[in-house]
Amino acid sequence: MLERVQSERTQGDRTMIDIRDVTRSYGSFKALDNASLAIHEGEFFSLLGPSGCGKTTLLRMIAGFDTPTSGSIAVDGQPMDGIPANRRPTNMVFQSYAIFPHLNVEQNVAYGLKRLRLDAGEEKRRVEEALAQVSLTGLGKRRATELSGGQRQRVALARALVMRPKVLLLDEPLSALDKKLREQMQVELRRLQQAVGITFVLVTHDQYEALAMSDRIAVMFGGRIAQVASPKEIYQRPVNRQVADFLGGMNFVKAEIVEENGASLVLDTLGFGRVKTDKPKAFVRNGGNATLGIRPERLRVLWDNATAKFEVAGKVVERHYFGEITHLIVEIPGLEKPLSVTETNDFGADDIPVGTSIRLAYDPEALVAMAD
Amino acid sequence: MTAAAEGSRPLRMAGARRSPLLQSEAVQGFALISPTFVYALILLVLPILVVIAHSFWTQHYLTIDHTFTLENYRIALTEPIYRDLLWRSLYISLTVSLLTVVLAYPIAYFISFHGGRHKSLWLFLITIPFWTSYLLRVMSWKVILGYNGVLNSGLMGLGIISEPSDALLYNSTAVIITLTHAWATFAILPIFVSLEKVDRTLVEAATDLGDGPLRSFLRVTLPLSAPGVISAALIVMIPTVGDYVTPKLVGGKDGVMIANAIQAQFGKASNWPLGAALSVTTMVIVSLMAGTTVLIIRALQRLAR
Repeated sequence: MLERVQSERTQGDRTMIDIRDVTRSYGSFKALDNASLAIHEGEFFSLLGPSGCGKTTLLRMIAGFDTPTSGSIAVDGQPMDGIPANRRPTNMVFQSYAIFPHLNVEQNVAYGLKRLRLDAGEEKRRVEEALAQVSLTGLGKRRATELSGGQRQRVALARALVMRPKVLLLDEPLSALDKKLREQMQVELRRLQQAVGITFVLVTHDQYEALAMSDRIAVMFGGRIAQVASPKEIYQRPVNRQVADFLGGMNFVKAEIVEENGASLVLDTLGFGRVKTDKPKAFVRNGGNATLGIRPERLRVLWDNATAKFEVAGKVVERHYFGEITHLIVEIPGLEKPLSVTETNDFGADDIPVGTSIRLAYDPEALVAMAD
Repeated sequence: MTAAAEGSRPLRMAGARRSPLLQSEAVQGFALISPTFVYALILLVLPILVVIAHSFWTQHYLTIDHTFTLENYRIALTEPIYRDLLWRSLYISLTVSLLTVVLAYPIAYFISFHGGRHKSLWLFLITIPFWTSYLLRVMSWKVILGYNGVLNSGLMGLGIISEPSDALLYNSTAVIITLTHAWATFAILPIFVSLEKVDRTLVEAATDLGDGPLRSFLRVTLPLSAPGVISAALIVMIPTVGDYVTPKLVGGKDGVMIANAIQAQFGKASNWPLGAALSVTTMVIVSLMAGTTVLIIRALQRLAR
């Protein structure tokens, strides 16, 4: 609920970061290739992609640690060309946290405030406030070397937030934490962002992290931005196979385009027969073929005599048990690759023997057409 | 050595029963350092003990009177000549270590932060002067600073002075210049090592939090490289107090240092007990000075926050 309210509020909000045709080349290698992006005010925005896709380069250019070879970046309407990192209205949470080892927690948080020459009371108040925001109250005198990974991360956050930046940049901030702490911090980071209302730009290679926290996500591959959309749209309507694949499991089925008009596509497939789907906005046909995708969890096992309007029949060839879910690999006659199916274990999917013939139900809404 | 090698193998049952002592890491450590330790004990601690013992005895022409006396220390501490020499030695070594650190820091900083792929080449170039003997390097300063030296003829050639100056050589300034040059590498290396250890992201973080290049240097890089600065200062300070070759070659009458006096007592003057007392006094004072330097640098480091 909270999620929806937030994303509606940011809809149509003014642009906070305006990235126009930015290219960054190192010799002949282009780390970033003609990227354009508008990040809204108060938005939790994620740059998602595999390592080497240019997401960190883009973040460092927003922060001012790197300069575009061509193109321009503006923050809050102000062009950032030639403005050094120390004069930008952005602050960064580094991947390694970069906590000053010779200073204690309080001194770390107050580091940037010293330059503002606030009176002692005001400075202390702001440090206390920042420490409270990240639940570190009372640890101000702790030495930086005595902190746990999670605490170091909170100090790095507090140190950036205390500056009240227009944009907070986070460079893979959760990658060094263990799984449980990481999940907890995802929730906390999201909550914190809602509370302070600052624009957050997060760089991550973890799709679940991006999906769980962001208002919008930009998926990047090889220096190019492949898709910018809300988490739900990115997951359900990926523009191409690469994006679909990066955002979790996806079954790909070869399809032939039978009919194409403004809003819809009619495709012929071997396993799923003739299918009519919505045409994705970014769909550009490439010859007569396309790819049809369906997520493993959108395929349901049909028990006994149950029927569904849309179903495919096949044979279980592999079964993998994951605790709360079971992964079934189902061979469908006519399909060159078997389908993977994710089924929750409350109906006994973990007991289906390998070799059983089963039927799978699907919702045609869950079928996504992608250009080849 | 065998003990250490054996202990590292996880032979818990047999090994533990046979010699539990060799299983302990502390014992293995001691076993490893023992050759060096014994060597140091014989060649360092014993001679120092002999020197300390001598300082409480008296020389009677060719024999040594072994009755306990503090007379040598009275002379060492109250005779104006020794007091002056000691002060001068301390002044020279302090000035040299300060100058060396100040001059070495930018070089170390440049190699560490801007050396790029050529870091090892730069370090290699810095060690080149060490391919020649220390004496040669000191002598070359004689050539540069001498009456008919490079500096004098250069200045005359430029018309800045009309006749050669004899103020360049044979004084304490000449000693300071020579020692500063001779010890530069010893200061550059520890500072370089500590600068290499400074996480570059910390400098970026300081910049991100609003610091310009100078402020981030003063607030992050400099305090974090303080250990290197301390070791550089000590490495230069401690041996230069006791140097006697350099003052002998370029110091002249005004550049004589305490070590020259000590050498004279053990040599020509043949008064070992007084030489020993002077040595011990110097050692104690140098230790105090080194300790104070460490404390001062630490205090400055704290002030930088």
